[in-house]
Amino acid sequence: MSSPVTASERTVRHAFGNVLAFFVLILIGVLAFSIRLFSVIKYESVIHEFDPYFNYRVTQFLTKNGIYDFWNWFDDRTWYPLGRVIGGTVYPGLTLTAGTLWWVLHSLNIPLSVETVCVFTAPTFSAFASWATYLLTKEVKGPGAGLAAAALLGMVPSYISRSVAGSYDNEAVAIFALIFTFFLYIKTLNTGSLFYATLNAISYFYMVCSWGGYTFIINLIPMHVLLCIVTGRYSPRLYIAYAPLVVLGTLLAALVPVVGFNAVMTSEHFASFLVFIIIHVVALVYYIKGILSPRMFKVAVTLVLSIGLAVCCAVIAILIAVVASSPTKGWSGRSLSLLDPTYASKYIPIIASVSEHQPPTWPSYFMDINVLAFLVPAGIIACFLPLSDASSFAVLYIVTSVYFSGVMVRLMLVLAPAACIMSGIALSEAFDALTGSIKFHLLGFSIENSQAGAGDASPDNVPAQKNAVKSDASENTLKERTSRKSKKKEKEREKEEQDGKSSLKSQIKRLQVLPFEASIIGVFLLILLGAFYVVHCVWAAAEAYSAPSIVLTSHTQSGLHVFDDFREAYAWLRHNTEVDDKVASWWDYGYQTTAMANRTVIVDNNTWNNTHIATVGTAMSSPEKAAWEIFNSLDVKYVLVVFGGLVGYPSDDINKFLWMVRIGGGVFPHIKEPDYLRDGQYRIDSQATPTMLNCLMYKLSYYRFVDTDGKGFDRVRQTEIGKKYFKLTHFEEVFTTHHWMVRIYKLKPQKNRIRGKSKKSKSKASSTASSTKRRINKNPWL
Amino acid sequence: MKLIRLALPIWSLVLLCVLHASSSQEIQIVNAERRIDLSSHIVKVFLTLKIENTGTSPVSDVLLAFPPTQANHLALLKAQAATGKRKKKTFTFLDVYPAELPEGPNGTKYFSISLHSKLGAGEVVTLEVLYMLTHSLDPFPEEISQSESQLVYYRDSAILLSPYQVKQQITFIKTPSSKIESFSMVEPTNRAGAELKYGPYENRSPHSYSPVIIHFENNNPFAVVEELVREIEISHWGSIQITEQYKLAHAGARHKGVFSRVEYQSRPGHSGISSFRHLLARLPPRVHSVYYRDEIGNISSSHLRLDSKKSELEFEPRYPLFGGWKATFVIGYGLPLEDFLFELPDGKRYLNFSFGCPLVETVVNKLTVKVVLPEGSLDPSVDVPFPVEQYLEKKYSYLDVVGRTVVVLEKNNVVPEHNSPFQVYYHFNPIFMLAEPIMLTTTFFLLFITCVAYLHIDLSISK
Repeated sequence: MSSPVTASERTVRHAFGNVLAFFVLILIGVLAFSIRLFSVIKYESVIHEFDPYFNYRVTQFLTKNGIYDFWNWFDDRTWYPLGRVIGGTVYPGLTLTAGTLWWVLHSLNIPLSVETVCVFTAPTFSAFASWATYLLTKEVKGPGAGLAAAALLGMVPSYISRSVAGSYDNEAVAIFALIFTFFLYIKTLNTGSLFYATLNAISYFYMVCSWGGYTFIINLIPMHVLLCIVTGRYSPRLYIAYAPLVVLGTLLAALVPVVGFNAVMTSEHFASFLVFIIIHVVALVYYIKGILSPRMFKVAVTLVLSIGLAVCCAVIAILIAVVASSPTKGWSGRSLSLLDPTYASKYIPIIASVSEHQPPTWPSYFMDINVLAFLVPAGIIACFLPLSDASSFAVLYIVTSVYFSGVMVRLMLVLAPAACIMSGIALSEAFDALTGSIKFHLLGFSIENSQAGAGDASPDNVPAQKNAVKSDASENTLKERTSRKSKKKEKEREKEEQDGKSSLKSQIKRLQVLPFEASIIGVFLLILLGAFYVVHCVWAAAEAYSAPSIVLTSHTQSGLHVFDDFREAYAWLRHNTEVDDKVASWWDYGYQTTAMANRTVIVDNNTWNNTHIATVGTAMSSPEKAAWEIFNSLDVKYVLVVFGGLVGYPSDDINKFLWMVRIGGGVFPHIKEPDYLRDGQYRIDSQATPTMLNCLMYKLSYYRFVDTDGKGFDRVRQTEIGKKYFKLTHFEEVFTTHHWMVRIYKLKPQKNRIRGKSKKSKSKASSTASSTKRRINKNPWL
Repeated sequence: MKLIRLALPIWSLVLLCVLHASSSQEIQIVNAERRIDLSSHIVKVFLTLKIENTGTSPVSDVLLAFPPTQANHLALLKAQAATGKRKKKTFTFLDVYPAELPEGPNGTKYFSISLHSKLGAGEVVTLEVLYMLTHSLDPFPEEISQSESQLVYYRDSAILLSPYQVKQQITFIKTPSSKIESFSMVEPTNRAGAELKYGPYENRSPHSYSPVIIHFENNNPFAVVEELVREIEISHWGSIQITEQYKLAHAGARHKGVFSRVEYQSRPGHSGISSFRHLLARLPPRVHSVYYRDEIGNISSSHLRLDSKKSELEFEPRYPLFGGWKATFVIGYGLPLEDFLFELPDGKRYLNFSFGCPLVETVVNKLTVKVVLPEGSLDPSVDVPFPVEQYLEKKYSYLDVVGRTVVVLEKNNVVPEHNSPFQVYYHFNPIFMLAEPIMLTTTFFLLFITCVAYLHIDLSISK
């Protein structure tokens, strides 16, 4: 029916489509990169927030000392006097990535600084992530959906919040690794190629290197495999996709020092091994089914089942007994709080105190994924028409990630790619239907007339045919580089196929045709929705998520006012204290102090030792003398507090103080939270409890604060402070920044003992033995 | 320049011979007037000498003597001869070289001024000498608290140290304010407000010395750049990029104890009076893309004033600097190439740039100037008006293959008066400007060729 001219036309159009898709992808990459540069343009090229500063410091060490020193790095500038083995406790993926980038650039004589490389790592990898999304969605629902999903992911606010330029954090590269691993899994599932299976394991290894969230992969993929088996979709391709991943992936994961034997020991990984066993059993069953006659097979099944069940019960019983004997049931605290959202707030205040570990509110869904929330259901429906292995995976991904994002704000990040994929599918399908019916109305009758004879396939087997076409297409991708001779043959076959396809298309069109006006309006509304999404994303990138949080700005009548107090304090510490001085502060500022001030800290944002943090919390909530004793026993020379009362900076230490009390009280019971609350209310005005007004944090924050305006009006708490005039006896103010946001105090040296006094205290000692004993107990280091 | 470095020892050898030949007693200083300016932390001394040749043979060199403590802190020494009367005075600069005198007492250091024309018997010449001393004001007390003002000692001699007989001499010392705690008396000594007068003294024998010590208030910023690295990178595409890395310190009396922000902010004139927070850098005109940052990011407190003659950058370190406090920062800026790079008729190019530190009223303990010549430039040579250490380095910048030649000049103890122009000469073929674009084009071309080739080659085994 079709002449060779139309065939060549089709190949040209096909090639044109590929080139167009390629350019669209490049543009999406540019978009994803450049939308994240608002922070550099509005502020400066600087590392953001807290954790990125640690990663930056590690990268500096790596580029300076090399990879072997990095693995063996024992960091003595943090967690004094314990120290921290960085090489064994850090996910090295991000650091190694940026280090490699830096090394490649330098070997090409492009002398970018480590800082610049670190700042731009996240935007670069979000471009990669959007390309990976294209590949994944293309495997699920074709290139159109792929492009839509890639464009959506390039600017989804949830991902932007973690990957603006300067936000040098694990998630920035991990989301790329996550999507790419899923893509390779689906690719293996569609092709059954062992090559892709191996790549999949390597990609999983990169994910393990990058982020603790890799457990999501190693639980989601087994779930999908199980789903496929249960729904009777077992195939050798599924086996190829899964078995090598578990074996190779687990071996590779165990190579990462921070994971090590956890890859086989902890409960997070058990699901994968269980499914690994199941898939082998199923494979064996299918194999035996192929060999035996149906009657013999039935006999074999009953035999095996009865024995197998007994063995399984025994094994499971043993397993449960072993797991139950460990206090946390073999699950780490963060994972447990995933399963039981109330777990953390009940048992671990240090996890609960981090704001990103709280469950999200509804507005945050709208803020972070915006219109995608409405498109996702449509995408899920589209995935069921027809349901393939790949689309069932997409559905499973979205369902699980919605659950996890409901538990922790932080995991909204895992939801974002799934939402983008679903929305991309929904948008692409909707556009297909709408533009198809427009086309049908404009020129459809002529097509229908010309090909009326060909299209006689019944509507019942349409999905089946479509599936067949799909599998053909995947075969085509397998044989991408076949010889030219076979290409010719294939062309002929393709011709036939395309004939079939076109007839099929007209068939579908006839089925899904919509009224002309309705489809025009539908297209218009979809474009409007997309435009709204773009506007929201640009706003979110520019206004909400680009602040580096170490520099604050405010708009006043006289223009922009910059609050650069944090760096002022860190620079002062760096240049005007001794190299080995120890600085105590609440753990939030630990990473920044080590990275920017290059001074030893007692606790930092890697909250691995609860007792140590509780010690600092106890010191901050104790009266001056007891606090001095604790700090002195820790060799602390300077104490740093963040105070926002003068300029109205709300996230200061006074507002975090109750967490210090709770965490301190969790380990040292003499610190009791009710002592700091008046009738259950946290206040610092004249109604506050004497314990509160005498604790170190209050004193260091408000020392001489009353001299600024005569009243001591705190602009964060909107009240006058309770105790205005007091002196410090064991600490002295050595530095306060321009806007008072950071105040640094020095521990006064111990006073020389006067002879008469010591005698006096000795004579008293016998009478007040009990009280001194109690006081000594209060100091956990004595 | 290497020649000059070699020349120095030879010169001093020659001088030694000359000195032995002519006895120093043939010269007599008829009148000496010294004005010592102590108003900033750089001590400026203006010395006017009227010299007479009392011997028989003509003399070509005049010696200046410095006690060893001063000689170590001597940053600059300039001499000029005045000819003509009063208003028609003309000055000619004279060369000054270090010299040695075997019979000099207690490690006295000598410098020799060589006259343009020999001074005949009985003739008189007037010399004007300017020299600057750094780190010569010692704070006492060495540590002060925030509310105290800074007191310093200055040590010198009331009588001019000289290898010659001095017939008449007088010394004026100017302090920044009239707050002088104490000063040594060497009669006749007068004090009037902020000025001290020692002398006149008559007929002092050679090498006479009478130490005096002055204890006075000096709250001027003691801004000392401990180390400054200036990198001047020439690009023949039209701009010069300068990067200056500073290690700044307050070299006055150390800050002791508490720093209270309340007092510092509420009583600015009274509290922390010897501290400083503003610095001023004088940059060349037509400066562009100025940045001011340190190792942890931008510092957002600077103002740039541009006009046609000069540009002024006023900036603040992150925190006010009290005695003993330190800060590091980087200033960078770009300048148009045509203002500073010129071509000689023989095809040689030369850069004409100012040597010293652009900060006003600061001492630089160690200055390193690095001139990064464009890739492919040949035989560099340097012309600096004062002796400096120099050597060559290689630097690899964006996509360099052979590397850029870097001329490194080092000098210790630099004062603002060293901001005089110096020249770097080199050969450069403009074809090297195209090296990197051509390299990139070729790389991408080859990349596309390989892609095309790869897509057209069939490597499959099975047919």
